[in-house]
Amino acid sequence: MLTETRIVLRNMDKIDPVSIMDYKKRGGYQPLRKALAMKPQDVIDQMKLSGLRGRGGAGFPVWKKWSITSAAPGDKKYVICNADEGEPGTNKDRVILSGDPNSVFEGMAIAAYAVGAEKGYLYLRREYPYITPILEKTLENARGEGCLGSNIMGSQFSFEIEVVSGGGAYVCGEETALIESIEGRRGEPRFKPPYPGVQGLYGKPTVVNNVETLANIPVIIERGGKWFSEIGVPNCTGTKVFTLCGNITQKGVFEYPMGTNLREIYETHGGVKDNFDLRGFMLGGQSGNLINAGQIDLAMDIDSCQHAESVLGTGTIMVIDDRHDILDIVENIMSFFIEESCGKCTPCREGNIRIYEILKRINSGQGCPEDLTLLEDLASTMNVACLCGLGQNSSVAVITSLHNFTDVYRKAIERGQRA
Amino acid sequence: MIKLTIDGLPVEVEEGATLLEAAAKLDIHIPTLCYHPDQNVKANCRICLVEMEGNKLLVPSCSYPAQNGMSIRTHSPKVRRARRNILELILARHAQDCLHCDRSGTCELQSVSEEMHFVKIPRYPYVARSAESDHSSPSVARDSAKCITCGRCEYICSEVQTVHALSKTGRGFEMQFRPVYNRPLGESICVNCGQCVQACPTGALTVRDETQVVWHTFADPGKTVVAQVAPAVRITLAEALGEPPGSISTGRMITAMKRVGFHKVFDTDFTADLTILEEGTELIDRINNGGILPMLTSCCPAWIKFCETFYPELLPHLSTCKSPQQMFGALLKTYYAEKLGILPQDILSVSVMPCTAKKFEETRPELGRNGIRDIDAVLSVQELARMIRSAGIRFDTLPDTPFDAPFGLGTGAGEIFGSTGGVMEAALRTVYELVTGKALRNIDIKAVRGLEGIKEASADMNGTHVKVAVTNGLGNARKIMDLVKAGKTDYHFIEIMACPGGCIGGGGNPIKENAMMTSRLDAVYRLDKELPIRKSHENPAVKALYEEYLGEPNGHRSHALLHTTYINRSGLLE
Repeated sequence: MLTETRIVLRNMDKIDPVSIMDYKKRGGYQPLRKALAMKPQDVIDQMKLSGLRGRGGAGFPVWKKWSITSAAPGDKKYVICNADEGEPGTNKDRVILSGDPNSVFEGMAIAAYAVGAEKGYLYLRREYPYITPILEKTLENARGEGCLGSNIMGSQFSFEIEVVSGGGAYVCGEETALIESIEGRRGEPRFKPPYPGVQGLYGKPTVVNNVETLANIPVIIERGGKWFSEIGVPNCTGTKVFTLCGNITQKGVFEYPMGTNLREIYETHGGVKDNFDLRGFMLGGQSGNLINAGQIDLAMDIDSCQHAESVLGTGTIMVIDDRHDILDIVENIMSFFIEESCGKCTPCREGNIRIYEILKRINSGQGCPEDLTLLEDLASTMNVACLCGLGQNSSVAVITSLHNFTDVYRKAIERGQRA
Repeated sequence: MIKLTIDGLPVEVEEGATLLEAAAKLDIHIPTLCYHPDQNVKANCRICLVEMEGNKLLVPSCSYPAQNGMSIRTHSPKVRRARRNILELILARHAQDCLHCDRSGTCELQSVSEEMHFVKIPRYPYVARSAESDHSSPSVARDSAKCITCGRCEYICSEVQTVHALSKTGRGFEMQFRPVYNRPLGESICVNCGQCVQACPTGALTVRDETQVVWHTFADPGKTVVAQVAPAVRITLAEALGEPPGSISTGRMITAMKRVGFHKVFDTDFTADLTILEEGTELIDRINNGGILPMLTSCCPAWIKFCETFYPELLPHLSTCKSPQQMFGALLKTYYAEKLGILPQDILSVSVMPCTAKKFEETRPELGRNGIRDIDAVLSVQELARMIRSAGIRFDTLPDTPFDAPFGLGTGAGEIFGSTGGVMEAALRTVYELVTGKALRNIDIKAVRGLEGIKEASADMNGTHVKVAVTNGLGNARKIMDLVKAGKTDYHFIEIMACPGGCIGGGGNPIKENAMMTSRLDAVYRLDKELPIRKSHENPAVKALYEEYLGEPNGHRSHALLHTTYINRSGLLE
């Protein structure tokens, strides 16, 4: 049985989320005060020492991102908190934001100080409207205490945060589409490079960090990068906030060190309900990987998952029991991406629906062996050719299920050919 | 300098150069579709993907900057596989009717398919992007089934022309470019400039074809088919028939038109000269008698609709002169019909133009009389080229033929109407002499020439310091109009042409890239230099017409035939 290691979720259920006093009593805004006494470069160095990598899915080292923006020329710079948590089944950012919003705001302020920004935006998922008043009230209270706003804590550093409601599109979780959306245009990704760190919001250097990433930052400043780097596994330090969903007995949001074994997480939270057998997992959300029950011994960190041709992504673990058919699940995933493709680039615009058509054909017993070749051909092209992460990953469930559930496809085709 | 290798070959490029540019330096051709040398980078078609060593993802060569030490492969198995799969996806949504497509032979999708030797049938069932076929516009036909959603039309319409007639609608598989407010193009804010046709890589946007009515009328013995040919046509027609940009073909063009079947071929340069006398007189009158200034030129019908739609409060600034095309039409259906003793309805008045907006202009209800249109058909340069080809005429070896009388004589001043700054230069040549009574010593007014977006000049005329401006491209027109609206200019006269470069850059010309424009422009001024008469007021045929028929410039008859009115179209914006 595992016990949680709570860094990100340190204040969960221990404070009134909007109360600045409660947050301060638990040590809040001391890290910001500490950071303001440091040189910006020293703040970045602590991030480097900590080894913190982005928690939004791509796992890019935070210190690198900040260094790029810090070094980029620009009369204005921005810090954006990506709170457009769009992966179906993922709830961690929602829990963090509604339970301890100050931890995220403080992280944003430290990031802003490190890179030289004076304005921040928190881009909130459209489907989380009830969080807006919590965030607004928290901001008001923090400004009232001089923890945010002009001349923070009597220093020369000023930082304003604005909450922006998302446009309701999954693709706006992609950082450049998110930026387009804030600028008032269609939520469509931009080609990269230039990266937002150099040319982001309104063409200015911009740091875009995920909610969970930012919530880690005050703790790293308070206890030091070295302390943080000893949690988790080498090159993948700290904890990960996992969302457990699907056919698992105990659903919810839980925080474990990076590298924790999937089997242990699964067993700690009760596995599948009695009378059912485990079929597999969908890891990292809809854009993630389908693995079978036999692949359960997997260290849940960014690199180990990647080596196992899987993905940690947002840390979502969807448990699938034997009541569910893998082809149905993949078909459902593709219908999601047909809905959510913005239509900008050819392979994503045209590819998702074609994959869906082929899957439907196979699933309804109309498939032929050539369909498997076509699926693999198209899915792997989308994987390397699409303009943004949405298109590059929309077919990952297809590719991984073709590898990890080969029999399912083969049987569906044989069934059809016999009939 | 940046050093990298492409397909194993070392290359050096300037910092900021893209991989596509670096490859071009090595004469390595990478197929493209959404890329256009005169536009922003879009990187959305994904055809130009290349492999970058150490990178799992393929990168678009049109947008990716070359970096030191890069090793790029432009046609590795991985690249070829992805590129062919992407092309297959595009083809599965593109109407499969190349044989009877307007762009067959000049289509970029066709040439990319050919280059990649894509000769198989797509593995996906054909699904049209849209069944919508929009023939509501007199100028531009839309066939959404051929659209590959590259976005080049939207860019030119919104970013260059600032008209914003086309917009991205829908998402994912349903995404397409449509006229705004869901209106048919013909009922939209589109100003008919046809620059979208010039930008479109496929047959999704084409010039509306009017050749059929002309072919039919040739067969009608009761009809006289009369053509007028705009100044720019003799500059770009040969190009449309395969010769290099800037090949002047006046005499061959007339020969070909006669062989195609036109009974008379006249020169619109003639009414360009007439325009200068009417417009010049109007300008002098406005300056001397406290009229509304600055006066704005009115020969470009796309600009007129732009002004009517976006700046209706500035309509009194527009010269009341009809365009040379419409002046010509009015004379054909009155003076010329009377002279020949035939009924105006027995003349098929055809104009050959570098322009698609002229097709809209001919439909304006105020331009005709007694229910008879002044212009019956407008052919673009491309349509005339098609007629010449389909008549089996070999163009390059044709002998020369002169224009027909009485409208066959034009001056260098009329000829330069074809390029940006030309109307202004022609007007200054005449107005200076009319006002000062002195001969203009240097008639090459270089300040108003060239492809720059906004040009200025001034001239002292008997103590009045006349200030003028010249713009081309509607985005530049918008900048100037905003200044005029705010009362922040002291110009007397402004020339405005909707198309970048003026008429030689018009939507009815062969498909262009800006690099060709200099050759076309040089040809215009070369022709001006070669003509014996270079000032409109010295055109003896124009003088004779005033004496015989019109009376005085801006006189009673001129007003009835050669001047017009405008319409407030701001309602289109609602």
